[in-house]
Amino acid sequence: MTQSNSPLLSVKNLSTSFHVGGQKLRAVDEVSFDLATGEVLGIVGESGSGKSITLRSIMGLARRYGEVTGEVVWQGENLVTKPEAQMRKIRGKDIAMIFQEPMSSLNPLLTVGVQIKENLVAHTELDKKARHHRAIELLELVGIPDASRRLNDYPHQFSGGMRQRVMIAIALASSPKLLLADEPTTALDVTIQNQILKLILDLSQELGMSVILVTHDLGVAAQTCDRLAVMYGGKLVEKGSTRDVLCNPLHRYTMGLLQSVPENVEPRTPLFSLPGTPPSLMNLPKGCAFAPRCAHAVEACATTKPPLEGTEHQVACFNPTQAPDGAGGQS
Amino acid sequence: MSTISYFLSRLLQIIPTFLIVMVIIFLLVRALPGDPAIAMADAKATAEQLEQIRQRLGLDQPLWVQFGIFVKNVFTGNLGDSILLKAPVTQVIIERLPASGFLTLYAVLFSLLIAGPLAFVAALNRNSWVDTSIRSIFQVGLSTPVFYIGLLLLTFLAARMRWFPVGGYGTTFLEHMYHLLLPALTVALYTSAIIMRNLRSSVIEVVDAEYVQFARAKGLPERIVLGRHVLRNALISTVTLLGLSIGNLMSGTLVTETVFAVPGVGRLMLDAIFARDYPLIQGLTLTFAVLVSIIFLLTDMIQAWLDPRLRVA
Repeated sequence: MTQSNSPLLSVKNLSTSFHVGGQKLRAVDEVSFDLATGEVLGIVGESGSGKSITLRSIMGLARRYGEVTGEVVWQGENLVTKPEAQMRKIRGKDIAMIFQEPMSSLNPLLTVGVQIKENLVAHTELDKKARHHRAIELLELVGIPDASRRLNDYPHQFSGGMRQRVMIAIALASSPKLLLADEPTTALDVTIQNQILKLILDLSQELGMSVILVTHDLGVAAQTCDRLAVMYGGKLVEKGSTRDVLCNPLHRYTMGLLQSVPENVEPRTPLFSLPGTPPSLMNLPKGCAFAPRCAHAVEACATTKPPLEGTEHQVACFNPTQAPDGAGGQS
Repeated sequence: MSTISYFLSRLLQIIPTFLIVMVIIFLLVRALPGDPAIAMADAKATAEQLEQIRQRLGLDQPLWVQFGIFVKNVFTGNLGDSILLKAPVTQVIIERLPASGFLTLYAVLFSLLIAGPLAFVAALNRNSWVDTSIRSIFQVGLSTPVFYIGLLLLTFLAARMRWFPVGGYGTTFLEHMYHLLLPALTVALYTSAIIMRNLRSSVIEVVDAEYVQFARAKGLPERIVLGRHVLRNALISTVTLLGLSIGNLMSGTLVTETVFAVPGVGRLMLDAIFARDYPLIQGLTLTFAVLVSIIFLLTDMIQAWLDPRLRVA
């Protein structure tokens, strides 16, 4: 918790687009946010809203497949334009990432030990023996019993939750300052979900590590994050402290998402669901991406993309549930 | 530990295969038209003399006793005498086997050396002009008959340019390498086309897998990402294909050995068939069955070595 003034990571106007069959698909559109040391930021949204691509763009993994513009400022340097060879020294060392599917994200042919140790080979000066000890230590850290023996096991010999723990152990190998977690609990049972979330939070506190947690589960976001960013159609539509966003949502989409979470309802009450489907990234509407599904859309929504406005609690909406702090909302 | 028990159980599975092969070969020979006794005796032989010959050959025994004798002979290496070569079948096959083995291994080596790197280059530059040209060239290799490629190489590189011998096998290892270069290349042009196509598509499949992305997210050098994570996973299906196409490869060697006059079992088989040399055909069929079983076993072992999920005994 040092230098709390300058953010650990600062993302400015990050955009990522892919060329699919001659068409340009904009998966991430002018996304900006800051992240403080030790902070846990949640990015929530439906599938296809660009959450995962945002993480992969920060990691420099998306640029192999598409075009990434904007800035990702990390320790005074822009990672977007950083050469691959230098990026490799940051990836997995200072910034680590865990993936959604613990089943398919570990190499089935290599022992867990090899997969932890290869990270240590790439980023530390430890010798073979020290790497072995560190690998055992890491497995113990993430709560895998009988760690020294399990090092020689293959991923298929672990359960889903244990594999996710292994993945976290791999990510933590070189003591990263920032962990990008891409739906780390989506593929897991609810009970295991909570264990994994608690593990990530505990580790973040223990190691002073910042976390960006991508999820489509508002419940998960509510329990874990300090701040939330809501993503829709590749854009951030609302951003603020978890309390503000969840208790006092400004964007109509956030409102709709919250209403879809069943709470204190009688049995057999039909669930609320947002009408319509998320837009295809292939042809996003000219104005606000949510406008076609929005019951409160005004004229401007169809023609102009609303900018993100406000100071602490920000929203990108021409007709928000209430005016954001700081800026005067146009209605 | 588990690898060894897997190997043993896999080895045991070969026994029923051999038994079935022996039954089939045994019955096939018995089912052939004509009485061996009549064939062996002269035209004026009496019924008694024929009976004597049958007794001598064991043909008067019940079928299952005959089968027992056949199995015993097979295991003691007694496969009878070749009619064509007037020599014991076992001895003839053992003499001819090294040339074919050499040629097959040589061809496999060539195929892998040609197909491996090109498949990777094609897959990593997929749909670019590099990929397209590599695939087109192999398409030609795939659609041209083996004997034709063989004849072309023979005509130009051996007969006209005189860079290579037109046939034979030589006596030393280096001579083998030299004599069998063109035959091996001929077989390899076809096999490598199959391997290239398969490896290319499995590399494409694997290269975007989550675990490869995760390996990149660890900040590993590309050399390790490709070598350790992509290649190994992509090889699994290629090894299967290679094992399965070994029959194909053998028939390829059959033709190639004939074109290049290589003294191997492939050419021997062809000669035996033309001469209706039943003991030799029977012996060779058995040999091929054994070889194919061993190669399948080997394929399984390589796969188990590559993929720990298969090591289930």
